[in-house]
Amino acid sequence: MAAEVHLQEERYIFKPRLRRNIFIFLIVGVLVFGLGLLLAMNSEGQGETAGHGSEGHASVEATHDMTASLQHETQEGSAADQHHAKSAAHHESDPWVKRLFTTLWMNNVFFTGLGIIGLFFVAIQYAAQAGWSSGIKRIPLAMGSWIPYAGVLMIGLWFLVKGDLFHWSHAGLFDANGPDFDPIINGKGGFFYWPLAKGTFPAFFMARMVIFFGMWFLFFTWIKREMLQEDLAGGVTTTHWLKARKFSTWFLLFFAVSSSISAWDWVMSIDTHWFSTMFGWYMFASWWVTGLAFITLVVVFLKDAGYLKIVNANHLHDLGKFVFAFSIFWTYIWFGQFLLIYYANIPEETVYFIERMKTAPYSWIFFANLFLNFVLPFLLFMTRDAKRHMTMLKVVCPIVIVGHWLDFFNMITPGVMHFEGGIGLLEIGTAMIFMSAFLLVVLTALSKMPLFGKNHPMLEESLHHHI
Amino acid sequence: MDADKHFIVGIFDDEEVLLKGIGKIRGNGVKIHDVYSPFPVHGIDDALSIKRSRLPIAAFLFGMTGTSLALLMQIWMLGYDWPMIIGGKNHASLPPFIPVTFELTVLLAALGMVGTFFIASDMKPYKWPRQFDLRSTDDKHVMAIDLAINSGKTKDELRSLLRESGASEVNEKSFE
Repeated sequence: MAAEVHLQEERYIFKPRLRRNIFIFLIVGVLVFGLGLLLAMNSEGQGETAGHGSEGHASVEATHDMTASLQHETQEGSAADQHHAKSAAHHESDPWVKRLFTTLWMNNVFFTGLGIIGLFFVAIQYAAQAGWSSGIKRIPLAMGSWIPYAGVLMIGLWFLVKGDLFHWSHAGLFDANGPDFDPIINGKGGFFYWPLAKGTFPAFFMARMVIFFGMWFLFFTWIKREMLQEDLAGGVTTTHWLKARKFSTWFLLFFAVSSSISAWDWVMSIDTHWFSTMFGWYMFASWWVTGLAFITLVVVFLKDAGYLKIVNANHLHDLGKFVFAFSIFWTYIWFGQFLLIYYANIPEETVYFIERMKTAPYSWIFFANLFLNFVLPFLLFMTRDAKRHMTMLKVVCPIVIVGHWLDFFNMITPGVMHFEGGIGLLEIGTAMIFMSAFLLVVLTALSKMPLFGKNHPMLEESLHHHI
Repeated sequence: MDADKHFIVGIFDDEEVLLKGIGKIRGNGVKIHDVYSPFPVHGIDDALSIKRSRLPIAAFLFGMTGTSLALLMQIWMLGYDWPMIIGGKNHASLPPFIPVTFELTVLLAALGMVGTFFIASDMKPYKWPRQFDLRSTDDKHVMAIDLAINSGKTKDELRSLLRESGASEVNEKSFE
């Protein structure tokens, strides 16, 4: 039974019809984005007549005051006054510009995760010497093709958004004699600016960004090379598998550090005063479960389209278990972070959750986040049958992907937009643009390689996989 | 003990042979009492048409019992019986109750599952289980066929059927 499937090489054909549909989705995304942008600019325009968005500005002020008063309980009284002066003296872009930058940055971080998790999944399979997954590894591998695009976007976007998103990029914060001096951020300055002077060019921060994307891309190239060269070998061979395992192991070591640090750099440093030692894990967990849901969804749709005959309900079951288990893992990390901050009740820590849990634009997202990412996957995926049937996978995986998009929204937006944030057409349009670009890149990459490695030493094991 | 039970016992060396043999024996209309293996054999449940275990349902119910008990216990203790102020929180506030609730859910689900398994498998203290062949704990697969429910076939027919299906050895075993 197994042998007859074995020999047929499968190739994914990226049909013009699907490509066209993705382009239509992209164009709709651009239109929604444009409309959202116009609406955002207009709502700002109305405020302009009443003296530079007095309402909006006042609420920013209010948050700063709240943050400041909470933070300065532990500091000298004089420092509190300085902080007030600072927030007034700050040059702030118009709210719609900030909103645009925030959603661009947020979506890029989210889709960077989908790309890098593709590579991470492949590396895990090699390092664990897993056999069951050898028929589906090309799908996460294709997702890795997004890494270079994400890297270029991330580095380019940083120069655009830094002033509005990254409070620490303002030079005045590090001037001990200036009115904006912030002792807390000054203490963290070295992490961004070393070896240059604080407040100049964030050399250490940028070096990390470049090195992370560079190394991720390099590892992706190496692992992909071994996987594709294996196809050219005359028969089943372990040579390339062993090399891919070696690269995977080194990549996992590198990713263990770089995933955490990228979470601090690209997301946590937006709320510059705040920190959580759980945060690296938290963002990784969110990335990971989203990536797993995406891989599962692509496998299911490929099977629906008649590809991947070698994948059966047992493989789907394993993928479903991955999504189920890591939804719980994400919740565990989420709760681990929340409970300690809730119980310790230290003002400079709780401000993070007060902004997200108790303020109007984010409160529903905060609770929807838990519902979509924990309650629904937990209950819907609990039974064995649910994980083995494609219909259920098609219901739960999109929920998880949307849920974690909201999770990233709530990680990034409140720290920048304060009371002015929210999900509107602008945010949805941006997500649609990123999604279609990501799909175009991934499906094109997938169509350029065989759907599974016919010489993979563990393909036979995968064919007989039974749970 | 009730009336004497008589079995024909087939010994198989290899699980692939065993799986094929099960199909052949059942195809001949013989009902297999049970098969004992030293390790889990993939696909044997389907080959023997064993129904899916209902243990997960028991686990879920025990788990829910644990969740409810834990929440009730904590809300009653800290909310009503002996209210305490901890970290300035409400007496009965949900987040600090979650870890205990989780632990009790897992504990009751696990213990309940073990207990249910013992009862469902008829394993209890001082009960000596039937041993068809001790080698099923070492390196042989042991298939037992109850003679009483296979009255349509003679002993010799069953013996030769087992031999044809790949059994390396065929014995008889009776229990009082």
